[in-house]
Amino acid sequence: MREELLSIIEKNSRIDFSELAVLLGTTEEVVLNELSELEKEGVICGYHTLINWDKTSIEKVTGLIEVKVTPQRGRGFDNIAERIYNYPEVKAVYLISGGYDLLVILEEKTLKEIANFVSDKLSTLDSVLSTATHFILKKYKDHGTVLNKETKDEREVITP
Amino acid sequence: MRNFLSDKVTEIKPSGIRKFFDIVSEMKDAISLGVGEPDFDTPWHIRDEGIYAFERGKTFYTSNAGLKDLRIEIANYLKRNQNLSYNPDDEILVTVGGSEAIDIGLRAVINSKDEVIIPQPSYVSYEPCAVLADAKPVIINLKAENEFRLTPEELLNSITEKTKVLILPYPNNPTGAIMGSEDLEKIAKIAIEKDILVMSDEIYSALTYKGKHISIASIDGMKERTILINGFSKAYAMTGWRLGYACAPKEIIKQMTKIHQFAIMCAPTISQYAAIEALKNGDEDVEKMRQSYNQRRRFLIDAFKKMNLKCFEPFGAFYVFPCIKEFGLTSEEFATRFLKEEKVAVVPGTAFGECGEGFLRISYAYSLENLKIAISRLERFVSKLRNSKS
Repeated sequence: MREELLSIIEKNSRIDFSELAVLLGTTEEVVLNELSELEKEGVICGYHTLINWDKTSIEKVTGLIEVKVTPQRGRGFDNIAERIYNYPEVKAVYLISGGYDLLVILEEKTLKEIANFVSDKLSTLDSVLSTATHFILKKYKDHGTVLNKETKDEREVITP
Repeated sequence: MRNFLSDKVTEIKPSGIRKFFDIVSEMKDAISLGVGEPDFDTPWHIRDEGIYAFERGKTFYTSNAGLKDLRIEIANYLKRNQNLSYNPDDEILVTVGGSEAIDIGLRAVINSKDEVIIPQPSYVSYEPCAVLADAKPVIINLKAENEFRLTPEELLNSITEKTKVLILPYPNNPTGAIMGSEDLEKIAKIAIEKDILVMSDEIYSALTYKGKHISIASIDGMKERTILINGFSKAYAMTGWRLGYACAPKEIIKQMTKIHQFAIMCAPTISQYAAIEALKNGDEDVEKMRQSYNQRRRFLIDAFKKMNLKCFEPFGAFYVFPCIKEFGLTSEEFATRFLKEEKVAVVPGTAFGECGEGFLRISYAYSLENLKIAISRLERFVSKLRNSKS
């Protein structure tokens, strides 16, 4: 039930407890307990909303920055990752296998602000060896949801 | 001019669904809960495999029985899910949907005037296919109090010396009923005693919500007297690919293949390649879809409970079959008024046999959002009917 609960609220965190209980074939109480357990255990880390900012008047630029760093003795990558994720404009930091070490996702109002962040804040960190910055031009699909897609039921209206 | 038409075909009534379809088609903005196919697209990796097959130029006939690799995968699938052992060489035939398998399966075994027992409510094609095969259909009217399962008594009462085939349509369209292993054991015992062949239509076998589906062919002594029919339409959301299969003793498959060979040649090649991928790597997709259906099923059953609408809890397929006898309307009257007054299309139970009178088939092959709107309209409609009665 845990996985099923998670997969429902991953798609719709606004669903109310009574409906969750119905969909899962259990009681509201069980659902409430399970949810608070999941929050306590840190399995559920937040209830965010998927927003297509392109459709608003707010300007946003998203940069993906590949960062090569020197890991530190005893701390590995954790210390440098923390240095980076503490900046509020950083949306995500992942440790990556392959050609570089950290993937930093950054959201700013303008291209220039991202450029400034990279040159002033990121590159100047001692352990950072090099960076490569990519800009997102268009989001087609985010968090498993296809943006800007109209779905039409193409089925015949009545079939046996 | 002479009447060129065949009497046998002319006498077959058009499907009850057809009439209703014409009414619904005229209403552009109606919500439909009348569809008998999944709302999901075919999983992408399966479609991708179809595209790849096109690219590789897999555009020729296959052998009559279907691609060997596909038959092997079908055998593996049945082994892994229903613990059935079929020989891909001579006990499996790939068909154009489950519907072709029903048709040629009956034609391969029927002699003129043999009786075919058909429990109803059930899928619309059994009776006409039996008639076309020159059989005499014998209808069993299943009962709501048995949750539309076939009971041994009902079966025994319909068996005569001429009975040759029993059609066993579970998980059932339109009722959503399933048969548990105890129910099946009793039917199997009678089939063996009375020496009857069972045509088990298990097209919805992947969609059960109370334990795994059990095939009657897995019961001792049944494999040799069962034509098992299944396919890709419901489990993998592949209705338009037109692909199904039949498994049966090799003597029967041999005769079926003969008809298939002359009438069809082979099932669509591209679909067969895609189906191999479905069977190899599709279990997870099926499970995801099953989980979604199950949530919707629970939602509907709960909603009916809240509005006091009588409905047994079905554990198979993607249909619920609520009872509307309290309103004093026929199924058709109810469905027609519901469509006109609330713009929601459901199928009258009578489309699936006379004993469907007093019931509606509601499909939950729709998104929850869609179902919610439809259910709130049903609630309004039901209370309107109740108020006008009191």
